[in-house]
Amino acid sequence: MNGSDGLRRRVAIVGIGSTTFGEHWDKGLRDLALEASLKAVEEAGIKGKEIESFYVGNMSGGMFLGQEHVAALVADFLGLKPAPAVRVEAACASGGVALRQGYISVASGLYDLVAVGGVEKMTDVQGSLAATALAGAMDTEWEAYFGATFPGIYAMMAHRYMHNYGLSREALAEVAVKNHFHGSFNPQAHFKNRITVDDVIGSPLVADPLRVYDCCPMSDGAACLLLAPLEEARKYTDTPIIVEACSQASDSLSLFDRGDICTLEATREAAGQAFSQAKISPREVDVLEVHDCFTIAELLALEDLGFCRKGEAASLYKEGQTYFGGRLPVNTDGGLKAGGHAVGATGIKQAIELVKQLRGDAGGRQVKGAEIGLAHNVGGSGATAVVTILRRGG
Amino acid sequence: MAMLGVASHWRRYRELYTLKGSRCAKCGQAFFPVRRICPNCRREGRIEPLPFSGRGSIYTYTVIRTPPEGFEDYIPYVVALVQLEEGPLVTSQVVDCAPSDVFIGMPVETCFRKIRAQNREGIIIYGFKFRPRDSQVKQQ
Amino acid sequence: MVGIVSYGVYVPRWRLKAEEIARVWGQAADVYKNGLMIAEKSVPSLDEDTVTMSVEAARNCLKRAIRISPKKIGAIYIGSESHPYAVKPTASIVAEAIEATPSLTAVDMEFACKAGTAGIQACMGLVKAGYIEYGMAVGSDTAQSKPSDALEYSAAAGAAAYLVGNEGVIAEIEGTYSYTKDVPDFWRRDGERYPRHAGRFTGDPAYFDQVVNCANGLMRQLHTSPDDYDYLVLHMPNGKFPLRAARILGFTEDKILPSLVVTEIGNSYSASSLIGLAAILDKAKKGDRILLTSYGSGAGSDAFSLAVTDRIQEVQALAPSVRHYIANKEYVDYALYSRFRGQFRGSND
Repeated sequence: MNGSDGLRRRVAIVGIGSTTFGEHWDKGLRDLALEASLKAVEEAGIKGKEIESFYVGNMSGGMFLGQEHVAALVADFLGLKPAPAVRVEAACASGGVALRQGYISVASGLYDLVAVGGVEKMTDVQGSLAATALAGAMDTEWEAYFGATFPGIYAMMAHRYMHNYGLSREALAEVAVKNHFHGSFNPQAHFKNRITVDDVIGSPLVADPLRVYDCCPMSDGAACLLLAPLEEARKYTDTPIIVEACSQASDSLSLFDRGDICTLEATREAAGQAFSQAKISPREVDVLEVHDCFTIAELLALEDLGFCRKGEAASLYKEGQTYFGGRLPVNTDGGLKAGGHAVGATGIKQAIELVKQLRGDAGGRQVKGAEIGLAHNVGGSGATAVVTILRRGG
Repeated sequence: MAMLGVASHWRRYRELYTLKGSRCAKCGQAFFPVRRICPNCRREGRIEPLPFSGRGSIYTYTVIRTPPEGFEDYIPYVVALVQLEEGPLVTSQVVDCAPSDVFIGMPVETCFRKIRAQNREGIIIYGFKFRPRDSQVKQQ
Repeated sequence: MVGIVSYGVYVPRWRLKAEEIARVWGQAADVYKNGLMIAEKSVPSLDEDTVTMSVEAARNCLKRAIRISPKKIGAIYIGSESHPYAVKPTASIVAEAIEATPSLTAVDMEFACKAGTAGIQACMGLVKAGYIEYGMAVGSDTAQSKPSDALEYSAAAGAAAYLVGNEGVIAEIEGTYSYTKDVPDFWRRDGERYPRHAGRFTGDPAYFDQVVNCANGLMRQLHTSPDDYDYLVLHMPNGKFPLRAARILGFTEDKILPSLVVTEIGNSYSASSLIGLAAILDKAKKGDRILLTSYGSGAGSDAFSLAVTDRIQEVQALAPSVRHYIANKEYVDYALYSRFRGQFRGSND
């Protein structure tokens, strides 16, 4: 059903740009979008008018800013009307889904150059209202309605996982420790401080068993990619990165309707299709960007993507295997936890980190000889998952 | 959550007040909340109403300490996935016990409580929560 | 004959001890404990109110109403002085929650602590006249008291629901009599948060005048005397008042002690005498006779003479007893009590 047979041509990433993720009191949504887009446009050496369409991931301009129609706003502020602009929303997977929409439009032959981006401005509202906006990623009628919060949903997954597989509090903390370590090498990360397991376990409880250090922050930020057909990539860059696959799947919105609450079927489905389309197996992936909105989510991701068996992900954190010097580097930019989570932009940011790694531009956190990268972006507690596989172009 | 009008709450009184769900007569799966189309059988399914007994056990839970808007007065409170004896999982609060008393597998039953109030001026929303089943007399 | 077909109660789990109240206000615990004969009182949780407790009691009542569909209930009266809405009936919410809707009348009643028994009389009228098959009356309250006022030791929470009908009764209502006068012993103005009371004036000119005259009035009408009754159940603002009233009426103490639940759960206002009655029904046997007299400040009393039938044994065990609710308890301290009662400024309730 899905497969490269249906698509006409291969797609490459030919330009990237992103802002720092963090609290940008002095920048609004337009400023952030403009900053990221200009970097991408300058990198690709284009004027801008060549961009034929925009796909903008944004979870909730409406609730954070009272602003809908965000894609048109971005195109306008870049001075690039009348190019068509589409706002894409899939909660925290908005960026990944935007990437996929852009990819489809180029692969199908409809466009020869599109801008795919994501932007979120989360700090203009009180924290409690921001949390309410994020709760829209859940089933508002039958989860949030009774007082569940987004961390609460993942906390329930964590609790059951610990019950099923004997995961310890300390082992879970290792995920945050690693991501903060990676963040310390990333100038654009929201948090660049290193932390210890004790720091994690000593931080205040948010929703038992998850503590402050188990949870990603709310960040302002924007990120942008330019996509072009592979055969034209050299017009824009010497280091095209091929999008070998960009697959997406859905699952029940609510946690209570899942088959197994410790498994994200959408991730498994999307990953299966992506590996099949890219014609590779998990063993061949050199670097990963997975959706660690909470520490438990990173463990589930590694299992559902196929890198280990269900219940065994914690064992991958021994002997630094998942650090950038290890055999399976995960979230080398700090992930969502330390890198930051500007919701609509995260899926794009993940792809950008892979591009840097595959180009050899990742500085102090470089994964040597990285050739194939995989990005994994999730919406809500797992109702949407996007898996993207990138390969260094020849 | 958004300050919705009263109709959106009123529409769900049957489910909130009396835990009425549905069942697909074709594949036998029970649903809460009500599903109008069976996700397994779709249009070949036959959906019929199914009242639940209200008995279940705790499948997983958490203790909310950072509350969403409207729940500030209640922290810390327990939110759980309760497995009804008829099968479906339901998200709900667990009350009438300390958070430290809750455990995976704990038998529970429904009770009728305030879910939330729309500030001091809006309507009060009532519905089901869960409490420990057949609570033993606590030792003094 | 018209009578009680079924009954059910609900008392919240939380308790506040007299000692804890005394500790906070620097009062002598024993003075209040012994003076009022109240050791501890029930406290509703933050998510409980008159509506939720009414539903719990009504559902327990329906558990004992075997083979009676809630659709056959033709009237529901919720008597309370703590209805959550000033305008929006408690009764329609309860009716919906117990699935009695839509073919019934539902009304909220108010008369301080006798609003519940007033509901029973209303049901009796409709049932006896043949307009409805069954009627349900509920007394339910989350009593409010001003912090540091003596009322704090007694103001409690609870609910009791009674199903009234013509057939299959567990207790016949042999007669009812009411006594009403305008007496300003206890009141709360609209918009005011806490009620006020007139101190010692609440005794002889109010509670005792009403309860004694009302009970005597019914006994005169029915040509009965205290010796004809096995149990006396009175409204319980504290433990002392009903014991004294019993003495004045000529009842021996052993007849009133079994219903004196106030000593362990406090005064649940509209539910007070009705929970006392339920405590008797939980253990009554065929042939037992009960004299029930409620009291509502302002002031009025409703008296009922009840004769227990052999059907009582079929229903007693079908729902939790009053003893079960009294024993099912956990203590709170004054801070948690204040949280539950919404006594902090800025609380959403």
